[in-house]
Formats: sequence, C-alpha cells, structure tokens
Amino acid sequence: MASAMGGIRTAGDLVAWMQMTRKMKIDEAKTYVADKLGVELIALTDEEIMRQVREDLDIGIITSVSGSAKGIAAKWKIAELLDIDINSVNHFRAKVGI
Amino acid sequence: MPNKIMCRMGDGERVWLPAEQIKEDILRGTRDAAERAKIPELTEEECERLFDIMADPSKVVSVSPGEEVIVTDDAVSMLFYADQENSGQGIPMSRTQSLLAYERACAADTISMGHTDYSFKQVKPIINYETQEYYNASQMTTAPFFYGSQPNMGLYFQPDGPYPNPAELLPQGKISEALEAQEIAMEHLSADLIYIGKEMNGVGCEGLNFDTAASAGDADFKATLQAVEKLKALAPGMSIIVGMSSEFVMGMHGDITYKGKRLAGIYPHEQVKVVEEAGADIFGPAINVNTSESIPWNLARAVTFVKETVAVAGIPVHPNVGMGVCGVPMFEVPPVDAVTRASKSLVQIGKADGL
Repeated sequence: MASAMGGIRTAGDLVAWMQMTRKMKIDEAKTYVADKLGVELIALTDEEIMRQVREDLDIGIITSVSGSAKGIAAKWKIAELLDIDINSVNHFRAKVGI
Repeated sequence: MPNKIMCRMGDGERVWLPAEQIKEDILRGTRDAAERAKIPELTEEECERLFDIMADPSKVVSVSPGEEVIVTDDAVSMLFYADQENSGQGIPMSRTQSLLAYERACAADTISMGHTDYSFKQVKPIINYETQEYYNASQMTTAPFFYGSQPNMGLYFQPDGPYPNPAELLPQGKISEALEAQEIAMEHLSADLIYIGKEMNGVGCEGLNFDTAASAGDADFKATLQAVEKLKALAPGMSIIVGMSSEFVMGMHGDITYKGKRLAGIYPHEQVKVVEEAGADIFGPAINVNTSESIPWNLARAVTFVKETVAVAGIPVHPNVGMGVCGVPMFEVPPVDAVTRASKSLVQIGKADGL
C-alpha cells in the first residue's frame, strides 16, 4: 500500500501488463500506458482521473456496475488498448473462434 | 525518549536509538553488502536519505505521488482463508472469492494463486484441480493473474522424495553420491516445473511465479533456469517471475553452471543476469535479514544490493518484501512502520521497478 500503484482502482494493472509482456522497467511502462491513455504520468495513480478514464474505456473499474466490462471482457479490451497479447484473452479468443 | 528515534530490530522488537547509532548502522550495513558482493556502497547522499526515512516521525511512510511501483505477490490472496502456518486469517472463503477480494477490495496491481502447500512437487498430482481453479478465476479477474509455487528441490530427497539426501550423504563423506543425487533431482525437478508450466499455459495462464528459487542451492536454481528457458520457448505468452530464496546461491553442489556461469555463491546483481538470460520477465531478489541487527543496518544492506541489481538488470526488478527479507523484520506480523520504511527505501533509493 505504501508504494503500490492501486491496481484497477487506478492504472496499476495496466502498467503491470507492460512489465509482464514487454519486460519494461517501471518508468518506461508508465510512459507507455500514459501515452496509450492520453493522460499525464501523474494521472496514472490519481483515482479522481483514472476512475472516469477506465469507465469511458470500459476496461474494468474498482466498483461494480452492472453491465460494465470486467474479467475476461475487460482484459480483451485492455489487450487491444495496450496492443499486447494477454494469454488468457488469446485462449478465450481461440475458444470462441475469433 | 528525548533525542532518540523509534526504530526496530531485525526480529521486529521496537527500540529507541540515538541518531548517531542509526547513521553508524546504515554505514555498517551498506559496507557489509558492498564487501560481500563486491559492489558499490551507497553514496553519502543516499545514506542521508535512508536516515531521513528511518527518522521520519510518522508511523506510516510512503513514496511521493508519481513514484509508485507495481506490486507482485506470492499468493497473498491465500492469506484470507489459510491458517497461521501461512500467516492466514482463516476466513471461510473460497480461493476465487479471495482472489477477487484481493483484486477489488485491496486494489492489488497483480494477483496470484497457489496450492496451499506452495511447492511444485505437491502440485503435480493435482494439476487438473489447479488448472481448473485458475481457469475459472481467470475469466472473472481483471488484474494480471499469476500462478505461483516454489521449486523446492528439498522435497525430492528422502524421506520426502525418491533420491538419497545430500544433507545426510555429505557428513558421511559420500561426496560423489551427494553430487549425483542433486544432479538427478535437478533434472527431475526441472521436468516437473516444465510439465506444470505447460499445463497452466494450456488454460491461458497469464503468468507463472517461480517463488523462493534456489532454496536447496545451486542445483535447485539451475532446475528453475532450465525450466524458464524451456517454457519461454514453448509458451512465450506466459510471463515468468523468478523470485529468490536468499541473497546468495548456496553451493550445495558447487560445480553447477548455467550457460558457463557458476551458480554457487552468486549475489543478486549476478543472479538477475542469469535469470534474464533464461528469458524470465521479472526478477525478485531476496536479501537476508539479521535479527540481531537493527532495521537501519538491514535496510542499508538490502538497498545496496537492490540498487546494484536494478542498475545492471535489463528486466524489471521486484525485491521481495515478505517477513525476514529486504529489511522487513523476521516476524509473522510485520510492524507497519518497518514495512513502509522498507518499501519507501527500496523504491526511492534502490530504484526498484516493483515490490
């Protein structure tokens, strides 16, 4: 909690995907995600900004809203947004034949 | 306690130390790490920065906005339902409920699950249960989701496993038998790690965490490196973390090499290079804690090791900050003042990419 980014409350999951899929160090990963989201670096951990950004992009939000993307649907959209391959999403795509 | 600063010992005991002693402990700590691993000490400015973090009167300290890093874990969600053996709280929750609570209530950057025994050998006979649990949960989770376990080569030796135990053979002077037992166990372990990794990848596993690697020494470490290399070739879409068990690789065998590099005795800044060469995506160094020394001493050592590791690494570095490593007291309920000081120091001075 003292140093974490905040997961799906902010943009922590998005930055983590870049470390996992592209081996990016923290500064590079944050810059990449901020560019994709079109926000300033400092906004990545700002709940007041990221709550709306995530809702607008429908990539999963920390509070539960019926009908909004979560789970594999959210990860599908995150993979497209960040232009990365997510293993679970690729597996799901294969199952549905896309 | 006028003129003294609240601090902790490596076992978590609260103590009040004079500022001069804290500064001296920081110097001794960084020198100890530098001498052991033949790496640079912290600079005077960094030592002063570390002292400022130690002397901060706040109970909880933190990094500045914009400095936050990614947190990965070793099946922390298990703590909701596990018992004291796993530092768990014993709440009657399912594994999937725990994962979702960790993701959404704790706002974790990444999440992970693992078998309660948390060793790959124990996972193999129940792999279908594990893949099913992972697959079901992965349809519901949004944050990056790891499956974690320990290579734990010790379980391959008698009485827990099939091979003669080197810890019994060595005192008997049966050196060649002890070496051979480790070499056979290493190949067995490596094959098991690859098998489990392939099965997990088959259900779309997003990440695999080889946690507490090299706990049985250099052969254990090589088994992990071989598995990482093979799995990255077979399943390039599955991210891999290699987290270590201690600050240097024990030479239980002594002559084990990986791509020409002798593994016995190597420190984190060397470990990360072989892990990187094997193809892993994230490296987790583990710096030992001396319970008889103060947290300033322990943290100065940890930050010295981590700073050099991050400097040479081509992949993200997430120092392990569990109980008893990287400046966190060796106590199952780590005091929050000490944990947050470790967190802040490793990020701001060690330049860690995550924790």
